[in-house]
Amino acid sequence: MKPITHHHPSTLLRLLVAAAAAVLALALAGCGAGSAGGEASDGGGGTTGDNSADNSAADDGDESFQVLAAASLTDVVGDQLADDFEASNAGVAVESSFGSSTDLAEQAADGAPGDVLLTADETSMQVATDAGVASDPVEFATNTLVIVTPKGNPGDVETLDDLADVDWVRCADEVPCGRVAQAVLERQGVTAEPVSLEEDVRATLEKVVDGEAAAGLVYASDAVAAGSDVETVEIPGAEQDATSYFAAPLEQAGDPDRASAFVDLLTSEDGQQALEDAGFGRP
Amino acid sequence: MVPATVAVLMLLVPLGALVIGTDLTDLWRQLGTDLLREALWLSVLTSTLAMLLCLLLGLPLAWLLARVSFRGRGIVRALVTVPLVLPPVVAGIALREAFGRTGLLGAPLLEQTGFSFPYTTYGVVLAHTFVSLPFVVIAIEGALRSVDTRVEQAAATLGASRWLTFRRVTAPLVLPGIAAGMVLGWARSLGEFGATITFNGNYPGTTQTMPTLIYVTRQSDRPAALALSLVMLAFSIGILLLLRERWLGPVGASA
Repeated sequence: MKPITHHHPSTLLRLLVAAAAAVLALALAGCGAGSAGGEASDGGGGTTGDNSADNSAADDGDESFQVLAAASLTDVVGDQLADDFEASNAGVAVESSFGSSTDLAEQAADGAPGDVLLTADETSMQVATDAGVASDPVEFATNTLVIVTPKGNPGDVETLDDLADVDWVRCADEVPCGRVAQAVLERQGVTAEPVSLEEDVRATLEKVVDGEAAAGLVYASDAVAAGSDVETVEIPGAEQDATSYFAAPLEQAGDPDRASAFVDLLTSEDGQQALEDAGFGRP
Repeated sequence: MVPATVAVLMLLVPLGALVIGTDLTDLWRQLGTDLLREALWLSVLTSTLAMLLCLLLGLPLAWLLARVSFRGRGIVRALVTVPLVLPPVVAGIALREAFGRTGLLGAPLLEQTGFSFPYTTYGVVLAHTFVSLPFVVIAIEGALRSVDTRVEQAAATLGASRWLTFRRVTAPLVLPGIAAGMVLGWARSLGEFGATITFNGNYPGTTQTMPTLIYVTRQSDRPAALALSLVMLAFSIGILLLLRERWLGPVGASA
């Protein structure tokens, strides 16, 4: 163990220390980083036709059509309905932005570019209609709560009452899926406490898929999306607390008729069938 | 001069906007809630425990890296700093792969002892330690390197034992650096969010720290989230000021 002679720290070390300082600053500033839609303030109602270059699937000259949709719609809107819409609107490329309904509605209200808004509850849509950027929302789907368990159902969860014996998770009270879970549990008189209140429904699902929780309460559509990674246990009576999905064209839409056409697609027989296949209910 | 001013504004304007945007009535309403008190207490507790763990594990490692020449030292140092550049959510996923209920070490641990880290306060401390350790190691290593070893050698030639040299010469010289490293690690833990929520989830009283509380509150009540953010900001600044008075002054002066 010979002592090392004194010398200047290497450039790498100095870079890392600088990075450490920068990260610390970010971490401290991050405590106040809750400004949803802060970056959206530059988009005051511009048309969306000018960013079609972003879409790798689009040929040059395709017009982009931007869908702001709740995260639970990722699979059905992102794949099938987008393809259907492009097929019947030549020269249009659908770009979707998925996130929490609350965030998307706030961004739209702040003027973020977008043609239609699809939310997983009425409250979020209200944010956009109150701000005057969306009008005449249409209910196009419902979703009910189910129990999912990891493959093989290691905790033997067959009913809501079985939750008392296992580590289970649900959404936080602050997000729509958590409010629905609260309503269902209360209606059925279940008092079992979860080990974690997840920030959204996909995080809840992930905990179950990964086997970190023996059961989770998610929407029927999420259970379908997870496929064979989970087993689904239906909750009798959960349909009384179903959540409703709303769609509305946005004020900042590049082409209002086209935006209305997308909402019409959702409520058409084809759209309803696609939603049903993905686990959603009809309104 | 201009870039420096821009830098200062860049750091201060968002924080100023946070203060301006907060409704005082929301602030009072939030200050009285159990959720805030629980989350703030949990944040302080877990950050402090993580800091002590970082010191316990980080000090020997920093000493090895700074003072002992061994094969692969560069590689060890590079590996230690990896979590520094990792997105916190990746850290959370990695922790779950290692210590989760079905993880590499977590599965046998659960089988043998019935204990597992996720959803517990221990898990929060584990996540904080993982993300903070590199900061502590690098800061302390830097402090150790900056000590002129000739001073130590001089002490040795005057007959001081290794332990006496360390106690009377090295320690007083590096103490401010160690303190700075601990503060850095503590602050990193206090602001930690991504790894914690990914690895531990969110439950009031056991895993819900301030950043997590702010994040979930924002989903339903933006004014409340702003008020909570302001509490966190004031608290962080208060702690840093306090520590600066006590400990950080000498470091700033000698740098």
